[in-house]
Amino acid sequence: MIVGVGCGSRDNAERAYGPAVAADAGLHPVRIHAPASLTGLRGSVRDPNGQPTEVPCATCHAGRTFPLPSSPAELGGPHAGMRFRHGTNVCASCHDPASAERLRLADGRVIPVSDAMALCSQCHGPQARDYAHGAHGGMSGHWDLRRGGRVRNHCVDCHDPHDPAFPSFVPMPPPLDAPRRAPAGRGQTGAH
Amino acid sequence: MLGATLGAAAFARAMAPLAELTESTSVAEFMQKHYRELSRDEMHKVLRRLEGETERRYGREVTIRDVRPTPGVQFAYALNLSVCIGCRQCAEACHQENNHDRATHNSYIRVLEMENGSNDMERGRTDYDHAVPAPGKFYMPVQCQQCENPPCTKVCPVEATWQEPDGIVVVDYNWCIGCRYCEAACPYHARRFNWERPVVPADEINPDQAYLSNRIRPQGVVEKCTFCLHRTREGRLPACLEACPTGARVFGNVLDPDSDIRWVLENKRVFVLKEELGTQPRFFYFFDV
Repeated sequence: MIVGVGCGSRDNAERAYGPAVAADAGLHPVRIHAPASLTGLRGSVRDPNGQPTEVPCATCHAGRTFPLPSSPAELGGPHAGMRFRHGTNVCASCHDPASAERLRLADGRVIPVSDAMALCSQCHGPQARDYAHGAHGGMSGHWDLRRGGRVRNHCVDCHDPHDPAFPSFVPMPPPLDAPRRAPAGRGQTGAH
Repeated sequence: MLGATLGAAAFARAMAPLAELTESTSVAEFMQKHYRELSRDEMHKVLRRLEGETERRYGREVTIRDVRPTPGVQFAYALNLSVCIGCRQCAEACHQENNHDRATHNSYIRVLEMENGSNDMERGRTDYDHAVPAPGKFYMPVQCQQCENPPCTKVCPVEATWQEPDGIVVVDYNWCIGCRYCEAACPYHARRFNWERPVVPADEINPDQAYLSNRIRPQGVVEKCTFCLHRTREGRLPACLEACPTGARVFGNVLDPDSDIRWVLENKRVFVLKEELGTQPRFFYFFDV
């Protein structure tokens, strides 16, 4: 459990994106998932169970301010080797030039990394609008908030902010529509 | 005398199927009434009997419930074709949630790979096996559309399938005679027939089951998507929605004006499959434009 890193204020995110009625009508909350990538880095060292270790941002950034690099090429140490494919953005488009570990909105306000959704929404308005209405981004839990809560994905759960295109991957296996056919006929029936 | 002997032999032969039937069918199962005619007590007995049969046949203790519709709830589902990437996670989640036969890898969802710019389902492919999304393609998952005007229920000769008050079309697997008329009547290819008794390893069985949805089906009956009614009638999201990594799926109560599904239907350009057939699906598709 990583506490206090990135000055997490998930409550703000909930106020901004959750249904406004949630608290008043006695409904269960809609919570936005807090992705680990906002509070730490995946280390190269594995723990005894073979799981990659999470290194909290605070390990280096607590009490210290790093100036923002002028180009990705200057990035070293744990941030070396990152891919950058996010339009024509430069580091300072999103990060606060005075402190790399904070974000800066277009109007100059500096916000913690945990409030990244407010920053994303500045440019991705249609997606933010759809998100606010449950029509963008995965979720789990209850459709009926009178009976239980819901957890929504954060932008960063699915989109790497530095390389945001959703990655391509291998799908689950195709259906075997006709069980009586020889196994060689796997998937031979197109949908009608 | 000869006539009497022949008569007795013919009678014995004629009754043979009944003798075979009792090997696999208990008297209680044979005498069971239609779902909608079962009293509370009878339902209770049926559920306990089915739980016992599942445990005997599959070696897993399960709970089979009779989950009823909630008044004031009408379900609808919408799917965003702009973000669906064809990963088949929904179909896989369905396979596991609904205790489908493992060998046939059955699922209530088929994902069609379609050419950009075309909506010709005849040319959609379900057997693609490459990294997704492929360039020039879009992906359209198809499952039961829970039609308001369902052709499948009308053709059933024994009324083993019907539409519930919350819009879900269900099958009483113990009343179905396996004639497959409904499968032929469905324009969306949404129904499946159990050619064999489903095989599911005990440790993979989802023990949270309902009579009308994901209990393990008998051989020789038709089954279909139930919008995961054992989940959704208790307020939970369907398994296919939770599995979707892109958030392409939106589900909810269409009678609630503040629901996500209502927002989609009111603000997105939605369409339904094969609208010209007049089936009035509760399953909608839309693009982000």
